[in-house]
Amino acid sequence: MDNALVTVLIAMLGGAIRVSTPFMFVALGETLTEKSGRINLGLEGNLVLGAMVAYAVSYLSGNAWLGVLAAGGSGLCLGALHGYICKLPRVNDIAVGIAMMSFGTGLAFFFGKPFIQPSAPRLDAIPLGDWTGNPALAQALQVNPLFFVGIALAVFMFWAFRNTRWGLIVRMTGDSAASAKAMGVSVDLVRFLATAAGGFLAGIGGAFLSLYYPGSWNQGLSSGQGLMAVALVIFARWDPIKCIFAALLFGAAGALGPSLQSIGISQGYYFFNAAPYILTLIIMIISAGSKASARDVPGELSITK
Amino acid sequence: MTAETADSTAIPAKAGPSLGLLRLAEAVSIPVGALLVSAVLFALFLLAIGKDPIQFYQLIWTGGFGSSFSIQNSLQRAAPLILTGLAFAIPARIGLTMIGGEGALVLGGFSAAAIAIPLVSNAVPVPLTLFVMALTAVVSGGLWVGFTGWLKYARGVNETIASLLMSYIAIAIMNFFVEGALRDPASANKPSTMPIGDAYRVGAIPGTEVHWGFAAGVVLALLLWVLMSRTTFGFAARMTGGNLRAARAQGLPVGWLMVVCCAIAGACAGLAGFFEVAAIHGQANASLVAGYGFTGILVAFLARQNPLAVIPVAILFGALAAAGGVIQRRMGMPDATILVLQGMMFVVLLVSETFYGRLKLFQPRATGERT
Repeated sequence: MDNALVTVLIAMLGGAIRVSTPFMFVALGETLTEKSGRINLGLEGNLVLGAMVAYAVSYLSGNAWLGVLAAGGSGLCLGALHGYICKLPRVNDIAVGIAMMSFGTGLAFFFGKPFIQPSAPRLDAIPLGDWTGNPALAQALQVNPLFFVGIALAVFMFWAFRNTRWGLIVRMTGDSAASAKAMGVSVDLVRFLATAAGGFLAGIGGAFLSLYYPGSWNQGLSSGQGLMAVALVIFARWDPIKCIFAALLFGAAGALGPSLQSIGISQGYYFFNAAPYILTLIIMIISAGSKASARDVPGELSITK
Repeated sequence: MTAETADSTAIPAKAGPSLGLLRLAEAVSIPVGALLVSAVLFALFLLAIGKDPIQFYQLIWTGGFGSSFSIQNSLQRAAPLILTGLAFAIPARIGLTMIGGEGALVLGGFSAAAIAIPLVSNAVPVPLTLFVMALTAVVSGGLWVGFTGWLKYARGVNETIASLLMSYIAIAIMNFFVEGALRDPASANKPSTMPIGDAYRVGAIPGTEVHWGFAAGVVLALLLWVLMSRTTFGFAARMTGGNLRAARAQGLPVGWLMVVCCAIAGACAGLAGFFEVAAIHGQANASLVAGYGFTGILVAFLARQNPLAVIPVAILFGALAAAGGVIQRRMGMPDATILVLQGMMFVVLLVSETFYGRLKLFQPRATGERT
């Protein structure tokens, strides 16, 4: 029994590291966008389109990293479109997010059809666990470089929001558009750039899905991970570092079902599939009413009103 | 809303068409214009990938409205869209962006199919069985979305994200039972619940091939239009949607209104699920997750959240869905083509929102004494 528990825990650790990376990228992108005072609910679309583009480019060019870059580019385009439309008067950013979600997934399914069958070059992992001499642990510690890129990015964003001129401008635009205007900052431009950059990151998250884990392209690849990542940002209170921990927590929740299956408990597999959604919902219920969350929310954001 | 009626009496009749008429013209022309623009954009998209746009639109016409068969097919597919369109439109009137129609449809359809199993095996009379199935679907859908509305009111949980999460959970619940306890052993490739059997199917409206779900959708749309625009309840709901604080200050039961509107929405979507099971599939399986809930959002946006306008818009999208198969076969395009078209329409439609009140054509000529 003890042995089974260890197996599950190791599988969950590996799963958390693997599953969390797309959450991390989408959440960091959304943090940047929301810090500037705008919501992009459509990152699910970026994620799916990014996954498809990454897989297609990797297959056609033979270089997985080129695929990652292309995925970021496709996310950038969707984000820029979102940012441009939201700057028009009377347009609701939440509704635009829903539209971009369906537009992005539609495009991905349309162009992705020929790439469901072929197998593209994947991203290689860095084996960090070979020294342990434990094959299960070694397998769990096969970590993709993008995981570290995400952590480095989070630390950089954390630092930049506090210590750079750009970080200050983004935060000011998000807290009070009026004072940003008074400082001579173009609110629309800042939000446009923040949304486009956020879209870029979400696209990279998609590349991880198709090029590393689960590591293939099909239409059911994401099923709501982009959306959960958006919810996660509220939970992480718009703090890039907390986004990392929240993403790891979500990754572990997502890995629960497969981990239990690895020791032969397959009963309720479909129930455990719902675990991340239920966890997100519970976390939203808890964090929605919290005073700390109300204190940290960017002032211009309409998501918590 | 109140400003509108005040203005139309204040403006003298000689100043051209009345403000109400102008508003109507604006509310019709801008969405229609957006549809045309997105059709042109999509034609350019088709040209760019080397397909013939003229053939595409011809196929949509023949596949959607070309023959009596295709018209009936369109109406059949419009039935769930009317209901899911209402499921988005009603909460939208009270200011909530609820996108959980898909989940309520799936849950409603699944619960109807599940409750049918003991009823059918005990040979309960057909009308009673169908009534119990429909009731189960309506109640489960209503509770599901009503709960999301309650979360919004009581805890301030963002309803857009929560409702979509609830959709994923609903689909997982169905999969859990369909792959497990309630699985029909005969359904090898596509796990499903036990079929309800032909005797228990909902039939077609006499003289047509269209099932009764279409009629139910039309009647519900009419009823909800009356409810939202001709009753105190509807007035209170719209006032809450217009200005939450003012509604609270007036002493309106804001939370109760929100939960009821959401429950109505869920009930509509649940009913759509019932008809999908009882009239189309005969059992609950993954076919219920067909995206009707998401297309319903677009339907409601295009109808500007007006329950009456939902009917023609749903028929239009029903036709698109009906033509999808023909386009797939004749032009060799993937089934996601319609998704791309719908996504484009959605984006253009939202861009068009910016033109309300800014086009000279729809503004009263004599501005008069506006305060």
